[in-house]
Amino acid sequence: MINQLKKNEFLYFGLRNKKLVVGLAIILIFLLLAIFGPVIVRNDPFAYVNPMGPQPPSSEYLFGTTFFGQDVFAQFVLGLRATFLVGALGGGLGTLIGILVGFTAGYRGGIVDDVLNALTNIVLVIPTLAVLLIVAAYLEVRSVFTEFIFIGLTAWPWAARAIRSQTFSLRTREFVDLARMSGMKSLKIIFSEIAPNMMSYLVMTFILQFGGAILNAATLDFIGLGPTNTISLGLMMQYAVMWGALLLDMWWWFIPPGLGITAIVGALYVMNVGLDEVFNPKLREM
Amino acid sequence: MGRYLGRKILIYGLTFFLAVTIDWLIPRFMPGDPVTNMLARVSVNSDAAAVMYDYYSHIFGLDVPVWQQYINFWVSLFHGDLGKSAYLFPTPVVQVLLRAVPYDLFLLLPSILLSWYAGNHFGAFAARSKWLDSTASPISYILTATPYMWLGILLAWFFGIVLDAFPVAGAYSFSLRPDWSWVFILDVLHHWFLPFVSLFLVGFGGWAIGMRNMIIYELEADYSRYLEALGAPRKLIRKYAFRNGLLPQITGLALQLGVVVAGALVTEVVFSYPGIGYLLLAGIQNQDYFLIQGCFLFIITGVLLANFAIDLIYVVVDPRTRLGLMGETA
Repeated sequence: MINQLKKNEFLYFGLRNKKLVVGLAIILIFLLLAIFGPVIVRNDPFAYVNPMGPQPPSSEYLFGTTFFGQDVFAQFVLGLRATFLVGALGGGLGTLIGILVGFTAGYRGGIVDDVLNALTNIVLVIPTLAVLLIVAAYLEVRSVFTEFIFIGLTAWPWAARAIRSQTFSLRTREFVDLARMSGMKSLKIIFSEIAPNMMSYLVMTFILQFGGAILNAATLDFIGLGPTNTISLGLMMQYAVMWGALLLDMWWWFIPPGLGITAIVGALYVMNVGLDEVFNPKLREM
Repeated sequence: MGRYLGRKILIYGLTFFLAVTIDWLIPRFMPGDPVTNMLARVSVNSDAAAVMYDYYSHIFGLDVPVWQQYINFWVSLFHGDLGKSAYLFPTPVVQVLLRAVPYDLFLLLPSILLSWYAGNHFGAFAARSKWLDSTASPISYILTATPYMWLGILLAWFFGIVLDAFPVAGAYSFSLRPDWSWVFILDVLHHWFLPFVSLFLVGFGGWAIGMRNMIIYELEADYSRYLEALGAPRKLIRKYAFRNGLLPQITGLALQLGVVVAGALVTEVVFSYPGIGYLLLAGIQNQDYFLIQGCFLFIITGVLLANFAIDLIYVVVDPRTRLGLMGETA
């Protein structure tokens, strides 16, 4: 009963929060485009469909065609898929590692905390993208899956650090003490007493990791270290620059992919601010 | 203060050790052999290939046991020897990198420092009024969500091609020779402007949002409320809020360095700006493993030094670290 009421309260404030609704709407539009776009579009994104070569947007080719006559719109919707996939999986993996490290360090304390904290600080200082570049450079065949694993494995430190400090402040609360006294196992205390109290925080961490993973993937793709077996928004930008779209004034080739990434990541950030206001009554504008 | 810095130095030492080890490990334990890859590009008969294989293995020090390779790597590192570039053979990697470093400093230092300074002040300014906040915040969010290379591409296309007002490639015109004449200096600045602006803008958005949130948070704090109740002028309260909000922003600068470095990397690629990022790409495209390793080491060292500099600044601005109290959680 109380749980239901609580859920409704979040729903009530959530639907009235402009930032959350707008952000969510943008994400949903792109997500639908990513899911159904490749099914609806007639043209093969890799086929040289336009014998005229590069052409600006028209009714036949919504976003125009590339230097080679490939359909930019077909590439865009397929690229969106890769973007969402890397964001969700890479962001998910980053959050998961952050949660594991953060909970363990924050709850255990002592030497475990010291070691994990040192590790977190070390990975935090290393410019992770440089590491990603090196690793990707040595791999000859790359897919969206190798990409998300690398991104997830390097993106967790700040999440771990934030979750650790939250856990740290929660573990000395009375209800956690009570659970400990009643003989509950540590793992159960973490997941049934501590985690639910910072659920909103974990959701927001995931959203930020999601956006970060998308930006990281775009950078890797642009350098030419993206997946070798599909198209992504970052790869589209790389091809556009590589084949002189700038000099040839083919703006329709490089504007859509960048705009797509900016819109998705921007919507995620705005959504996060909205969520913060929904979860945190102090920030609500009444 | 000694304890605070000691801890930091220990972490940086460990980080450096780990980074160098990663740098050493990757080419040796990834699938594929760098020397074979390098030789695969030249077609020679197998006898000649075997001789070349031995020759290059020897030059690159790959013909001794693994543990000895690791020790050799450290020894030569401290001698300032990072091997020879395969792509610009036989130029030593260090020499190639030292040629690129000035361009990086010239591009990165102003863009990082100015975007931090301007972003913080603008964020504090925007937090002042509801109207300003509701127009400035969305712009800042869009800026910080923009991929670095896309902003670079847009600027290069619009100002370089459509308006034809700025050059879009290189650090100076090919027709000029580097010297200290005004013509050359102006030309360098002309080439530097667009990459600088694209790095500046993305950073600016992030700092403005951070400061705006900090100010709103600080204005809710007890000391602000107390000052307000005492009837202190709003300007004074805001000044205190700004100073307190600045501390996390300094820490944020340290955390953000890695991202900025990555951003500079792709920006250099977009504008063909001859810094480390551009070299790294050349190394990757030409499978020049020693150049890649060298770039990585330079980037790591640069980031660690910058982090340490920020720690020193932190000691100056946050008295708690000097007095041995827990300032920032190390």
